[in-house]
Amino acid sequence: MAFQLEQVKYKDILKIDKFQIPEAKITCIIGESGSGKTTLLRLLNNLISPDEGSIFYKGRNIEDIDPIQLRREVVMLPQNPTVFSGSVKDNLLIGLEFAEKDEVRNDVLSEILRLAQLDKPLSTIASTLSGGEKQRLALARIMLLEPEVILLDEPTSALDEGTEERVIESVVEFAKGKTRTLIMVVHSKSIAQRFADVAVTIQGGGVVAEEGL
Amino acid sequence: MMMGVVDIGFFNLLAGYALILVVLVMLRQRNIKKETELLIAVVRMTIQLVLVGYILDYILGSQRMWMTLAAVAIMEVFAVQNIYQRVKIDMTPRFRSIVACSMAFGTIITMIFFFFVLLSVKPWYSPRYVIPLSGMLIGNSMTGITLGAERLLRGFHDKKELIEGALMLGATPERASREIINESFTAAILPTINSMVGMGIVFLPGMMSGQILSGVPAVTAIKYQMAIMFAILASVAFTVFILVVWGSKTFFNDRAQLVLYG
Ligand SMILES: Nc1ncnc2c1ncn2[C@@H]1O[C@H](COP(=O)(O)OP(=O)(O)OP(=O)(O)O)[C@@H](O)[C@H]1O
Ligand SMILES: [Mg+2]
Repeated sequence: MAFQLEQVKYKDILKIDKFQIPEAKITCIIGESGSGKTTLLRLLNNLISPDEGSIFYKGRNIEDIDPIQLRREVVMLPQNPTVFSGSVKDNLLIGLEFAEKDEVRNDVLSEILRLAQLDKPLSTIASTLSGGEKQRLALARIMLLEPEVILLDEPTSALDEGTEERVIESVVEFAKGKTRTLIMVVHSKSIAQRFADVAVTIQGGGVVAEEGL
Repeated sequence: MMMGVVDIGFFNLLAGYALILVVLVMLRQRNIKKETELLIAVVRMTIQLVLVGYILDYILGSQRMWMTLAAVAIMEVFAVQNIYQRVKIDMTPRFRSIVACSMAFGTIITMIFFFFVLLSVKPWYSPRYVIPLSGMLIGNSMTGITLGAERLLRGFHDKKELIEGALMLGATPERASREIINESFTAAILPTINSMVGMGIVFLPGMMSGQILSGVPAVTAIKYQMAIMFAILASVAFTVFILVVWGSKTFFNDRAQLVLYG
């Protein structure tokens, strides 16, 4: 198991009795707006800590793991993509810098952009990208880090259907090829049905359905 | 000092109040309702300056170490109070104590260097030097900290998504807040750097003017001016640096999570 949650409570927002997320699988999380999906991902990334209960990552209580090390293994893509100053290239490299990893060559960067379905030169000023392009840039930044666990919070909310499918397909393939754990919040059931190994439904801060597909 | 300055007689000074009367008449004429403010300001200034004048004369006359030190301490306290009032964004108790500590550390380190190495006056606590020069260091650092604190607090609020975005990717809190820290530091020391540029051409600095008025050769006065400018820059930089580096840590808990208050 990648994650195990036991009697987890966070404010009045999330209350999960017992819940597991399998390793090296694709888990999709669905649920209506305000149900607590983002909050759950933030808990897994230890950006927030539960008020009660425990979260285990690979059997170890998250609160006993160095948070920086944890976040370098369990990387999260926020719902609103973060764009730092500078070019597309700067934005890709800053992820490596944050994680204290070595720089890579330009062709590796271009390849990652291609995987994220972002057809823009590395020299493009990142702030001029459209909303959907920023989303794919942020996704490419994470794929470049090749983390153990990838947490994606609605990675395609700003994309049209066609692009959405290609992006999800690409990231799913990426995770499978490298046997990584992929946990993503998606807004459509059909996406979950098509790509997920496990689909989780969240409602009112609790897990109401869990199905292996 | 050998060459004294012409004292202003009591009645001459009263004549100065006539100038205020002229301004009051102007306000009345234009129907600008600021007369009370002006009167209060004039009265406050008069009382404050008369009090400070007598106190300073007493301290300068007594030449006691503890009095000099007490005067510096009082200035520090007033400066910190002033920062608390001027920063318009809520500060936690911990941030407030960091403001006070950075003010004290930064200015005292600079003062020690300034009075023992740069000036080397004897005795070191000579109030004639220590009180006005410390006052300038403290005053400028106060402005610097106010600017720096405000920028830092606002930066953390406005850029919380960027900071969390960095944390999510595995950045340390130090790395995630580096840009905000540097921006706040720059914003706080820039006015001091800019003031150096116009000095002597656009304006004559107050201390230098004062020394020239009291008969000090201009070449001596500019040496003092340069020395105090070096010290002011250092003091502002030290205090603000301690503030932004240490203060930024209050935005993170021991789990390296961003905690925003207020
Ligand atoms: N820091 C916070 N303090 C108080 N309430 C919060 C906080 N963060 C989130 N909430 C509330 O918790 C609930 C769940 O928020 P969350 O962002 O997890 O929902 P979500 O399922 O991701 O919704 P969406 O699909 O709109 O992104 C919401 O009602 C939100 O207003
Ligand atoms: Mg959300």
